Amino acid sequence: MEQQVVFFVIMGMCLVTYIPRVAPMLVLASRSMPEPVVRWLSFVPTAVLSAMLLPSIVAPGNQLALTSDNLFLWAGVPAFVLAVTTRSFFGTIALGMAIVAGARYFFM
Amino acid sequence: MDWREMEKVIERRQGAVWLEAARQFAPLAMGYIPVGLAYGVLAQKCGLSALNTVLMSVFVYAGSSQLIAVAMFAAGASPMSVVAATFIVNLRHLLMSAALSPFMKQWRLTELVAFSFEMTDETFAVHSTRFSGGDTDKRLTFAINLLAHSVWVMASWAGALAGSGIPAVEPLGMDFVLPAMFIALLSMQAKNGLHWLVAGFSGLVSVALLQAGFDQWSVIVATVLGATFGAGVQSWNNK
Repeated sequence: MEQQVVFFVIMGMCLVTYIPRVAPMLVLASRSMPEPVVRWLSFVPTAVLSAMLLPSIVAPGNQLALTSDNLFLWAGVPAFVLAVTTRSFFGTIALGMAIVAGARYFFM
Repeated sequence: MDWREMEKVIERRQGAVWLEAARQFAPLAMGYIPVGLAYGVLAQKCGLSALNTVLMSVFVYAGSSQLIAVAMFAAGASPMSVVAATFIVNLRHLLMSAALSPFMKQWRLTELVAFSFEMTDETFAVHSTRFSGGDTDKRLTFAINLLAHSVWVMASWAGALAGSGIPAVEPLGMDFVLPAMFIALLSMQAKNGLHWLVAGFSGLVSVALLQAGFDQWSVIVATVLGATFGAGVQSWNNK
């Protein structure tokens, strides 16, 4: 594809990405919302993070893999336990990476 | 206190804001840098100029959709289909933007416009944890966003320059950085048992939808159902 065309596609991508990012805030931020709506919204962060996370662990590459050769499963469980008990961001990432790297080095 | 002392105090405060922003962004950088590099490398391979590679990171600033877009370019997809795919993949931000709204009553229009341009999955998670914990400092918020966006752009640029000279990340377990990051972000977000129940519910729905073939809609639908489930259980308990 021509670089010029690519540029116009990027501008289009910018528009369709930005509108969903900005519109709810512009409409909702200045209003006081009814209590049930606020309550519903308070569960969105947890729900959306989990909806993005769980498939990446139990189905890496979009293929469900609840098998013993799924390294992300082996790394995900201890990383999760560490995250909940210590709340350590770096620790969680380091442990997860170490398990995946170690398993690849020793077993694959 | 004379003006010179005051200036010093302000300077020190500004320094402190950036320092705090760097402290809060540092763990996210572990995800931004490898993914940004990978995007830059892939974009080069798919025939994008270095300029367009960087411009996409400046203007679109949404990791997974950028990776999908450059792969679609390489596969010869039509411009409209790339834009359409981007729209669907990034539609989840609609819910994130709505979820932050209750904390932004005092914000000016220009601030909302600037903030939302730099709201990604990761900065959303950080700000949502901060805001609900009572830290709504605007300068820190914008400092974190600017830092995150700059690192994303620089990493993309570095990837575009390095091309295939970047070694494979799998032996280091770098491909697990994003899942690990989301594990940490989720555990900071989930405040009580009900939140964990919601997390389990929406995670399972998301996996099920993915398996059923709704790969582009799974996150949005699972989030809506998960939040509805949580709000429903809470109302039931309050009765």
